[in-house]
Amino acid sequence: MSTTEITDRQDDVVHDDGHDHPSDSKYFQIALILAVLTALEVATYYVDIGSALIPVLMVMMVVKFFMVAAWFMHLRFDSSLFTKFFVGGLVLAVAVYVIALSAFEFWSKG
Amino acid sequence: MSDTATSDHATTTGMTHNKLAMWVFLGSECLLFGALISTYLVYRGRFASGPAPGDIFDIPFTSVSSFVLLMSSLTMVLALSAIKRGDLRNNRLWLLTTALLGSLFIGGQVYEFTTFFREGLGYTTSPFSSAFFTLTGFHGVHVSLGIIMLMSMFISSLRGSLRKEHSETVEIIGLYWHFVDIVWIFIFTVIYLVPSPTS
Amino acid sequence: MTATTTVEDVVDQPLGVYTRPTGGNGWRDWITTVDHKKIGILYGVAALFFFVVGGIEALLIRLQLATPNGTVLGADMYNQVFTMHGVTMIFLAAMPLSAAFANYLIPLQIGARDVAFPRLNALSFWAFLAGGIVLNLSWVMGGAPDGGWFGYAPNTGIVFSPSPGMDFYALGLQITGVASLMSSINLTVTVLNMRAPGMTLFRMPVFTWMMLVTQLLLVFAMPVIAVALFLLTFSRLFGARFFDPSVGGDALLWQHLFWIFGHPEVYILILPSFGIISEVIPTFSRKPIFGYPFMVFSGIAIGFMGWGVWAHHMFVSGIGPISVAAFSLSTMFIAVPTGVKILNWMATMWGGRIKFSAPMLFAVGVVSMFTIGGLSGVTHAISPADTQQTDTYYIVAHFHYVIFGGIVFGLFAGLYFWWPKVFGHMLSDGVGKVNFWVMLVGFNLTFGPMHVLGLQGMSRRIDSYSPGFGFELWNMVSTIGSFLIALSIAIFVVNVIMSAMKARGQAPCGPDPWDARSLEWLTPNPTPVHNFDEVPVVESLDEFWHRKYGTDDDGRVVRVASAEEVCEDGSAVGVHLPPPSFWPIVFASGLPFIALGLIFNLWLTVPGGLLVVMAIYAWIFEPVDDPDAAHGDHDDHEGDEAAADTIEEAPVV
Repeated sequence: MSTTEITDRQDDVVHDDGHDHPSDSKYFQIALILAVLTALEVATYYVDIGSALIPVLMVMMVVKFFMVAAWFMHLRFDSSLFTKFFVGGLVLAVAVYVIALSAFEFWSKG
Repeated sequence: MSDTATSDHATTTGMTHNKLAMWVFLGSECLLFGALISTYLVYRGRFASGPAPGDIFDIPFTSVSSFVLLMSSLTMVLALSAIKRGDLRNNRLWLLTTALLGSLFIGGQVYEFTTFFREGLGYTTSPFSSAFFTLTGFHGVHVSLGIIMLMSMFISSLRGSLRKEHSETVEIIGLYWHFVDIVWIFIFTVIYLVPSPTS
Repeated sequence: MTATTTVEDVVDQPLGVYTRPTGGNGWRDWITTVDHKKIGILYGVAALFFFVVGGIEALLIRLQLATPNGTVLGADMYNQVFTMHGVTMIFLAAMPLSAAFANYLIPLQIGARDVAFPRLNALSFWAFLAGGIVLNLSWVMGGAPDGGWFGYAPNTGIVFSPSPGMDFYALGLQITGVASLMSSINLTVTVLNMRAPGMTLFRMPVFTWMMLVTQLLLVFAMPVIAVALFLLTFSRLFGARFFDPSVGGDALLWQHLFWIFGHPEVYILILPSFGIISEVIPTFSRKPIFGYPFMVFSGIAIGFMGWGVWAHHMFVSGIGPISVAAFSLSTMFIAVPTGVKILNWMATMWGGRIKFSAPMLFAVGVVSMFTIGGLSGVTHAISPADTQQTDTYYIVAHFHYVIFGGIVFGLFAGLYFWWPKVFGHMLSDGVGKVNFWVMLVGFNLTFGPMHVLGLQGMSRRIDSYSPGFGFELWNMVSTIGSFLIALSIAIFVVNVIMSAMKARGQAPCGPDPWDARSLEWLTPNPTPVHNFDEVPVVESLDEFWHRKYGTDDDGRVVRVASAEEVCEDGSAVGVHLPPPSFWPIVFASGLPFIALGLIFNLWLTVPGGLLVVMAIYAWIFEPVDDPDAAHGDHDDHEGDEAAADTIEEAPVV
């Protein structure tokens, strides 16, 4: 992260603070989408979609995940430094643990 | 210029210390849950002579409790939105609703655990059972702490000490609550919905 | 120590059951303090105490191994002593000593009055101390940990380690880990959010930069060890089957989790030392640091790459050829940013007017000794060679060159360099030089021969060896060297005591004893309780130096102001400071009860838990400000802020 970014952001935050957050009806819309996605996820338990199952589940999970983070946790509206910390932790966790799991599951069978 | 050591009026980034600290903490929590989920994924097929995950998970039941937790995120933002408007009554209403939905989820988890236990899945049955109970138990403890914080805010509000100018406190605890929710979004899909090994 | 009389009369007003911060040094001031400087001193004292404890354990190890078939310690006691030596030195000496420097210096170097969360800072210290006490209580409560500091499963399970030692290990380290996590979040926020006007990220001293990277590593690494320790705790106390091979538990899971934490931990240990000598070397070379941006970015690069090399600790654990090849490569690459740093330090010294005072000697010691450790480290990166070296004394030699040569020398450089800043008097430079040379000779005598022993095939972690393998000579040399190290520590202690006695009754040393470069020297020595009289406005890297020096018409550097003219006199009054609190120590004192309760009798967790819960709520509702204070309009806000900072920390507990 560079210095200029941080000083720029300072201005954004000052103007944004507390004003640009979405309205309640927007929150209801988001919740509705999340509910529909959850229903679709659960539907895969009853409807056999074959090999598409896992990719479809993963896509829906990621969409839900980022909708909550972006809207309910306000990452869309807040300073990007928050996003950096959160996504930084997330990416680090995914990278490190995926490598560790592959070392367990695949690489060791060489 | 502020002379105080703790004043947030003059922070370098323009963000308050508290909110920044919460986000750093949530970044850290990603690694915590990542390790627990990885442990589960390594062990989900190692159920020894005990029940296998695919035999024992009750997807319809867990779907309902997952939905309950998901909706508690909605009520949490409504609580924040209310206190930002200065609407303390609705703030209390939504805080309480969020806490109740969280408690419903915890109740569901207690029911799930006891059912599993009766079906022969004890904590010490197999690496799978230990990993499952540890992962979901850690999540449950996080939800429970969230409920305690929500109820503390609710009581503060009843006593008149949670006012419009404290909306950031609600926001920060809300961040924690949503984080716990998105961890469950992950757990619900990866642990429950992705087909598990059966015996 | 930090006594000042200038502000005392202003802030010494009673509030409730205790008083506002004073410059006093009564025991009450120390246990309730939230002043980052006092907390830094507390960290330093505790760390040096544990350093001596760990050193005594090291001497016992060396006595046992001095001759073949040693009988000083039995096999069981040897396991306990070498385990506790590692645990103590890493978690209770090196990390907290770094934390001491971080706490004391970060706010001063960025021009702040304190850290972002002063009470949380106090809690971090007391929780660390509680963890250290829990770990060491094991000696008298059924046996110390005996599974090595790395705690490999299944050796740490009930079957192979039936004493409660490993429970103390898991719970004690869990507590120190929580302390480190809180402290790292606190300091991260401090650096990002509390810089003085003009102090952009790229005007921060390299020390603060390296500390920031260290804190970020802690933020992301501590939860991993926390999970590993939870798995161990639950396996031992509640019978979880994580590491039980008979039902499919996998010992490698522990190794992966431990080293995913463990390798960043290596950089958590070394980066503060890199930061310290990056301040010392320019000061004593009379030159700015060479390649400042490269120093910063190589530090960041080390922080990132440190996450991608953990499995090089597991080359012989059966992780498969692909993993070994991949981690071998990444391990070789991480030598690059470290090499950049070594070259930059040498380039800083190149052409400088070097003054070899004690801090500079220790700093040069780091550059040279760490390089030896780094080079032997590269030899392990080559996995076929590592297969021969692993579990031998060659590895022990390598990591002691890194940890002792890199970290201990660096921390001593820092102690000598900043001693006048903290205590207002210098340590004797002559005695300091003797200290350095004795330590350097002792260090090389102790750990140099271990390279030979390792290549001869002597196994580490083994309590004795038979005569006739050619191990006798070098083991004896090593033991003699270890006592020379002990002598050097004794010289340091004597230096501390004699310098303090000599300084008694005399005026504090001048404001700028080393002709230093960074902002902390702008304040008088010792630092007054309020740090800066006036928050400085920063215009350049090495701000303090630029206030003292300018250029003449021919472009030559000339002195434009004396230190006395530039430095503040510490006379500010009415500075608003965070008031002290009892609750951090109350909170921390509950933790050992919870730990002991989990091990021995669950009922004990009840008072422990009550103490913690009571402290949390008391903390939230504590009247955090004096109603009569000058900045009354902030009171409400600070209360709210403090409340939130407790609430958000609650889940960590």
